[in-house]
Amino acid sequence: MTALTPGQRSDASPEGTGPSDALVVDHLDVTYRVRGHDRRAIADVSFRIARGESYGLVGESGSGKSTLAVAVERYLPRNGRVSAGSISVNGRDVLGLDGDALRDLRSKTVSMVYQEPGRALNPSIRVGRQVAEVFEVAGLRRSEALERAEAMLTKVQISDPGSVMRRYPHQISGGMAQRVVVAMALATDPSLLILDEPTTALDATVEAEILDLVAALRTELGSTVLFISHNLAVIAKMCDRVGVLYAGELVEEGPAGDVFDHPRHPYTVGLLRCIPHGGLRKDHGRLDTIPGFLPSPGAARVGCIFAPRCALADDRCRSESPPMSNLGDGRLVSCFHHDKAADLPRSTPVELALLEHPQAPDVVVRLGALSKTFHAHGEDVKALVDIDLELRRGETLGLVGESGSGKTTLARVLLGLIAPDSDSVIELDGGPLASDVRKRGREQLKALQIVFQNPDSALNRRHSVRRIIGRSVRKLAGLSGEALRQRVIELVEAVRMEQRHLLLRPSQLSGGLKQRVAIARAFGGEPRIVVCDEPTSALDVSVQAAILNLLVDLQLAEQVTYLFISHDLRVVGYLSDRIAVLYLGRLMEVGPADIVFSGPHHPYTEALVSSVPSIGEDRRTRIRLSGEIPSAANPPVGCVFHTRCPRRLETGVCETVEPPLVEVAPGHLMRCHIDIDSLRRLQAAEAPLPPAVAASTD
Amino acid sequence: MIPLSERSDPIIPTAELRALETAGVQSPRTVWQQLLRSPTFLVGAFILLFWIVCAIFGNSIAPDDPLAQQLLSVNAHPSGAHLFGTDQLGRDVLSRVIVGAHDILIIAVSATLLGTVLGTVLGLVMGYFGGAVDAIVGRLVETLLALPLIIVSVLFILALGPSVPTLVIVIGFVFAPLIARTVRAAVLGERELDYVAAARLRGDSSLHIMFVEILPNVLSPILVEFTVRIGYAIFTVATLSFLGLGPPPPTPDWGADISANYDVISLYWWETLFPALAIASLVIAVNLIADSVESVLAQ
Repeated sequence: MTALTPGQRSDASPEGTGPSDALVVDHLDVTYRVRGHDRRAIADVSFRIARGESYGLVGESGSGKSTLAVAVERYLPRNGRVSAGSISVNGRDVLGLDGDALRDLRSKTVSMVYQEPGRALNPSIRVGRQVAEVFEVAGLRRSEALERAEAMLTKVQISDPGSVMRRYPHQISGGMAQRVVVAMALATDPSLLILDEPTTALDATVEAEILDLVAALRTELGSTVLFISHNLAVIAKMCDRVGVLYAGELVEEGPAGDVFDHPRHPYTVGLLRCIPHGGLRKDHGRLDTIPGFLPSPGAARVGCIFAPRCALADDRCRSESPPMSNLGDGRLVSCFHHDKAADLPRSTPVELALLEHPQAPDVVVRLGALSKTFHAHGEDVKALVDIDLELRRGETLGLVGESGSGKTTLARVLLGLIAPDSDSVIELDGGPLASDVRKRGREQLKALQIVFQNPDSALNRRHSVRRIIGRSVRKLAGLSGEALRQRVIELVEAVRMEQRHLLLRPSQLSGGLKQRVAIARAFGGEPRIVVCDEPTSALDVSVQAAILNLLVDLQLAEQVTYLFISHDLRVVGYLSDRIAVLYLGRLMEVGPADIVFSGPHHPYTEALVSSVPSIGEDRRTRIRLSGEIPSAANPPVGCVFHTRCPRRLETGVCETVEPPLVEVAPGHLMRCHIDIDSLRRLQAAEAPLPPAVAASTD
Repeated sequence: MIPLSERSDPIIPTAELRALETAGVQSPRTVWQQLLRSPTFLVGAFILLFWIVCAIFGNSIAPDDPLAQQLLSVNAHPSGAHLFGTDQLGRDVLSRVIVGAHDILIIAVSATLLGTVLGTVLGLVMGYFGGAVDAIVGRLVETLLALPLIIVSVLFILALGPSVPTLVIVIGFVFAPLIARTVRAAVLGERELDYVAAARLRGDSSLHIMFVEILPNVLSPILVEFTVRIGYAIFTVATLSFLGLGPPPPTPDWGADISANYDVISLYWWETLFPALAIASLVIAVNLIADSVESVLAQ
């Protein structure tokens, strides 16, 4: 990390002089005109980014961070405008530029990388032409531009740029596409590079690679970076200074390490407490949450904008807007009570009376030799291969793996939405379970329910909350009339919603409330097992914490088993008792959560764990996976992971023989040729290391 | 106060801005309010309303009996006595145009309604079940679509004999495949959404999922298709009655009146022009409405 700090850091203080700043945003207001009303999305935001500095803007959805990004490029949508303040890049006022100067700003001075690489590239033009176009706009001839494009792709560590240039965007992976977008953004050596959630749509392993790449290129090119993300850990890793946005206002600013280690604004404090970091598990107690909701856009701003959700707020906070106080060392905070912020009272009680799990809890569901082969275009794609797994009463089994590893297929096969291959076995309480949901009886239907990832898709948008939950209770619990009405009210209260919500439709609810409706529906018939398929990945961290708390509470009350799927290892780690790791449809490792995460573990698990960016924890040596996930239609011979394994054996056995899944310790199974003692030695030798060493070995 | 619109599209790229856009929930009432604010819709609705009044109260509004033959004033020029003139049998053209709205509107609307109901059921079945059902029904639908609409209608009407119910049934059946195709496409998208999986997981029947879960979510494209189809239906009815397959004479009918008088068009132009204008104005009115409905629902 130390290697990433640029030299000009001393210029970074907000009192710094003008010419050294790449970007100065001064008392900026942005409003959107929506249905005839002006709604303020950015309110009086000021900050500056020095040349060569990396500045992070962090905030939840609705905080206005993306609005700020497009405002810098003067690319606000038609109904948006800057209503006050100024933006200048390299000392030039962006708002006063004429057409030609604006074009110049966008093509040469400011570059942008968006969240979804797939949508940033034109699907009908080959990659090479698209990258070359950037150089052509800058005035190069076509042949020269193509050469420069190839050089640029090499620079973003694409190993075979020639072949990538001949491909169309849909023929390359998401990670590769994001490298291409980064290459295009850096092609003209911009004065300011804006990265708007550049890794949010990517897998953790790919995210780690892209972040390393951006960090390395920054050191090499000395670019100035405005990094926007909802992910505090990513910001902590990538940025020198950070600004925290809340409801369009900058509430805190300072050096990234300081802000995250010693936050002084109650919002920052709350945000950090919402994240299950540092190996926090549910045995440690509930997560803290931020009560209440983000103010609706355009709401009157009287007093401190955060006061309605702040446990420290007093009458002064509610009537008087707190000024930005300078705490020295570049720390700014807009709060009357910044000295007390660290002792912000918790909004949820910690105590969580976890049940002692009996030594051998009953097995509720058993999957035996479960396989699923899809047939597409004459190819057999093995999505799941020979999975043996047990789900026990009252436990949470976390299911992790990169996208394409078969997590969701496994869940859908278990639920009976996808038929597995014919020799697979699914048992419920020791009895066979039909593979097709239509052939399952009511008791079996009741037993297995799901909470989907995206509540917008999971809830019928034309039905009211009462109807959505009521239908589930009627079909699964067999209730009707007054009993049905009572049960629906019980369920709504169980997920901490109010009766008035029953009349609303999903579009009238926030994301967190929608997910609560989906949870209430899943619990409509007293389920035995609830599959949670990325239930919090579409939510903000403060909402995520509340949903995780709710899931834990419901589990305790109902003795339900969770199959919890998530790409966020911290969330899985918080909730899970056991963890199963999937790679290319194979079970690579399964065991108690703390052992699977802390090791000794499978080299693939090791890579997954080390790719998670963290805040203020001891940094392990980062294990990076090279290359792409192989195609499931044509998996590697031998151990399927050998093509990317950093610990592949020299003997060649990994390339030829597929290792069996063996029990390396009681309840801990692993599929690896390296024996557990060697793994323990190898992994203990390298972690943890001091940050400086970690960075230099990179 | 600097206007910063450098972008022509009103589309906002990021989630937070989308949230701003959809801050107000679209309920049926706001759809109405938006329609009532659209000039296109108002013009279309005004013309349509005029013809609906004619269709209902035609006989009391019409200045003359549309069937009465005044043999002393055949082929009379438009004048104070006969605003639109008279035809070869001395019947008042204005009265025939007013009363003629009745049958064409009844037939066009009922036929489209029939076609929409049939097409919606077909489309739901094809889209929801997919696979073999979709393949078999889909081929049948495509076969029907490949046949020229007018020729099929003519054959059916000749076989069944021209009458109002026959026209309704024939046009309805001919339209059903077209509407089925639109509904199927919409259902294909809905079917993949998780609320359908959730319904299957609680044991809901296919019938329930199709009609209670999916149907309300595909009503917008169905409504648009319905309004567009009414325009086509009016045209089809007019064409068929021009060909002599409409309501039997002497019923006042725009298509039949054009057909009866177009051989003398160079001498007595009013006998063809006014029924033709009536058809045109009605089709344009319906299309204006369809356009505005589509643009409101597409938002």
